[in-house]
Amino acid sequence: MSLDLDALCIRPATGAALFRPLTLHVPPGEVVTVMGPSGVGKSTLLDAIGGHLAHGFRASGRVRLNGRDVTGLPAEARRIGLMFQDALLFPHLSVGDNLAFGLPPGLRGRANRRAAVEAALAQAGLAGLYARDPATLSGGQRARAALMRTLLAEPAALLLDEPFSNLDAGLRQEMRDFTFGHVTARGVPALMVTHDPEDAAAAGGPVVALKGYCPP
Amino acid sequence: MSHEGRLLRAAVLAAVALGLIAPIAAGLWQTGRAAFGVLPALGRDAVSLGPWQDLAGLPGFATSLRLTLVTGLGATLLSLLLATGFCAAVHARMTRIAGARMLTPFLAIPHAAMAVGLAFVLAPSGWIARMIAPLAGWERPPDIAIVNDGWGLALMVGLMVKEVPFLLLVILSALSQIPVARHMAAGRALGYGRGIVWIKIIMPQVWPLIRLPVWVVLAYALSVVDMAIILGPSNPPTLAVALTRWFFDPDPLMILPASAGAILQAGIVAGGVALLLMLEAAGRRLGRWWLRRGGRGLSAEPGLWAASAAVMVLMAAGALAMVSLAVWSLAWRWSFPQILPQSWSLKPWTGAQGGWMRALGNTALLAGATAGLSLALAIAWLEGEDRARRARAPWAEALIYLPLLIPQIGFLYGLNVGFLRIGLPSGIWAVIWAQTLFVFPYVMIALSDPWRALDARMIRAAAALGAGPGRRLWTVKLPVLLRPILTAAAIGVAVSVAQYLPTLFMGAGRVATLTTEAVTLSSGSDRRVTGVYATLQAGLPFAAYLAAFLIPALVHRNRRALAGGGA
Repeated sequence: MSLDLDALCIRPATGAALFRPLTLHVPPGEVVTVMGPSGVGKSTLLDAIGGHLAHGFRASGRVRLNGRDVTGLPAEARRIGLMFQDALLFPHLSVGDNLAFGLPPGLRGRANRRAAVEAALAQAGLAGLYARDPATLSGGQRARAALMRTLLAEPAALLLDEPFSNLDAGLRQEMRDFTFGHVTARGVPALMVTHDPEDAAAAGGPVVALKGYCPP
Repeated sequence: MSHEGRLLRAAVLAAVALGLIAPIAAGLWQTGRAAFGVLPALGRDAVSLGPWQDLAGLPGFATSLRLTLVTGLGATLLSLLLATGFCAAVHARMTRIAGARMLTPFLAIPHAAMAVGLAFVLAPSGWIARMIAPLAGWERPPDIAIVNDGWGLALMVGLMVKEVPFLLLVILSALSQIPVARHMAAGRALGYGRGIVWIKIIMPQVWPLIRLPVWVVLAYALSVVDMAIILGPSNPPTLAVALTRWFFDPDPLMILPASAGAILQAGIVAGGVALLLMLEAAGRRLGRWWLRRGGRGLSAEPGLWAASAAVMVLMAAGALAMVSLAVWSLAWRWSFPQILPQSWSLKPWTGAQGGWMRALGNTALLAGATAGLSLALAIAWLEGEDRARRARAPWAEALIYLPLLIPQIGFLYGLNVGFLRIGLPSGIWAVIWAQTLFVFPYVMIALSDPWRALDARMIRAAAALGAGPGRRLWTVKLPVLLRPILTAAAIGVAVSVAQYLPTLFMGAGRVATLTTEAVTLSSGSDRRVTGVYATLQAGLPFAAYLAAFLIPALVHRNRRALAGGGA
């Protein structure tokens, strides 16, 4: 598995491109960090890769997963997982049902699906919390549940949008280890945008600086 | 933009344009033709100004016009003044959610039911007179016309009891988008009093957010019919009531001057909105000059407290009116100076059973159908915006408000003619559709903000997990938005139950609802039966709001993030 960006560039309907065309190769199991000043369009870059670009933006260039061009596909067909600074668990579903939401439909049988969710919960230190209201979890538990939900969907790549910035310092290190451990173990290519140099250091992969065009 | 999104948007736009906007235009066109003498059904096909001359010559026309202008403009401006003053005085002490809870009954009750209740309270033999009677030594009701007074004061009070709570809700929700506390602190630190900060700093930010709702209130107050029949002067009445009478006059040629009057009514509303725009422009210039002078001004506190007191009095009268409906419907012997009935009875309920059951059935059917239809259309519209990933264009926003700004009497007659010409029968289907014209805008407005407030990243997360647009809608958005969706539906029910003119015109007088019956009965003498209809009329929206509160609480009982209130 690998994620490739090929001269990816985003411009608003009117106006100049947000940043210089970006070409990147993310090998399986590695985390590439994108850093850059705020407002340069880091989150918009992730939107373009994941297929969530808002109306009024146009992307040029290609996004490839394992060599397959996914540029024209809708978000739900790309199999690119997404993690934000907030866990964004669905508030109307229990913790377990949140994880089940991400489980691929190919996994058949109620018992099988339940077992897969329970296993994932156990992996995240959330054993026995299937029926819990996500609003009653601690911040760390929520973040781990969100990662498990994303991983259960078996993504071919992972996008991390400042994933640790809302956690307090102690928890942050723990979540970095947990997240990057899973990325390496599963061999998923991951792209992370962040402000925090410590995130980049913990990720261990290459760091790309996103450069805006200088005002003329 | 996906193909499906485009299709959905095209379908919604077609439904709104052909189902809602085109009929209004066609109705205005038909009415306009009749206003200039073209009415082929009666053999008139020459354009003339005759209808306008006839209109001007009709007895009481000038008085009707004056009454409409005074009551409509007066009630709107006073309501705005009082609501603003009240918010300025109590805003810091009231959260938006608590405010919304308190205001809900006043918003839910239909205008006609509130009017019937106020008539019970204000009349010479009403509750207020009964409370004063022992002090004043009255043995029989004083001989003064309080309700249906010639100046339209009772009508203005009635309009204000309904419009002040609406404006309060609108202003409170506008205030929640403004950092009021910080601006207040900054202003006071610069030496301005609370009231002055409110006028100079807060209101200029609030006004753009409430401008459209204020226009809607003005359009409504200038063209209201049901409340004006019950509380307003009867001979001559306000223009909209006079027009309704003329449209239903036994002499079919009265349709010509009535149509001219209907176009005039639309012109009055347009003029009223233009007046507000001019006041706004003048206020902006004057305000800037005043602001730049930097005067710290006198304390505006007394004015604010006076406004708050007036609002409390209005709300108390409204609450009393609501209670009086139920009391009258259960009263048997109740002679004048007694505060409560001497004997109670269920006879008013059992006696008129056949009548109110049929009206209740019709009303519930209409409310369910129009609220359901409007909700489906609103959800389709909002989902179409989501799928196209674009915000609403200003013209689309204007399209939503359009039916609320054009007076109903201006196009309902033409609409009915058009309906008959195409060969569609008047009756329950025509009424469902005509009511939807007015229910849809409110449902759409109520649902838009909560829909947009949904965290877009959560929907992206669902997409990234492989959920397509359909699954995102049905398994994420709709369940998370259950509470606002049901609240919007309850508002739709309240609006539908309150409709009077669309039911009258499109039902050709044959579709009896609680509202049409209550208005008809209100001029009669039996307050008990009127009380039964008005109680039911108020009860139906209350039940809808209660369901909108209880169902989400039950469904989401173990979901803390969704359990919070917020109407």
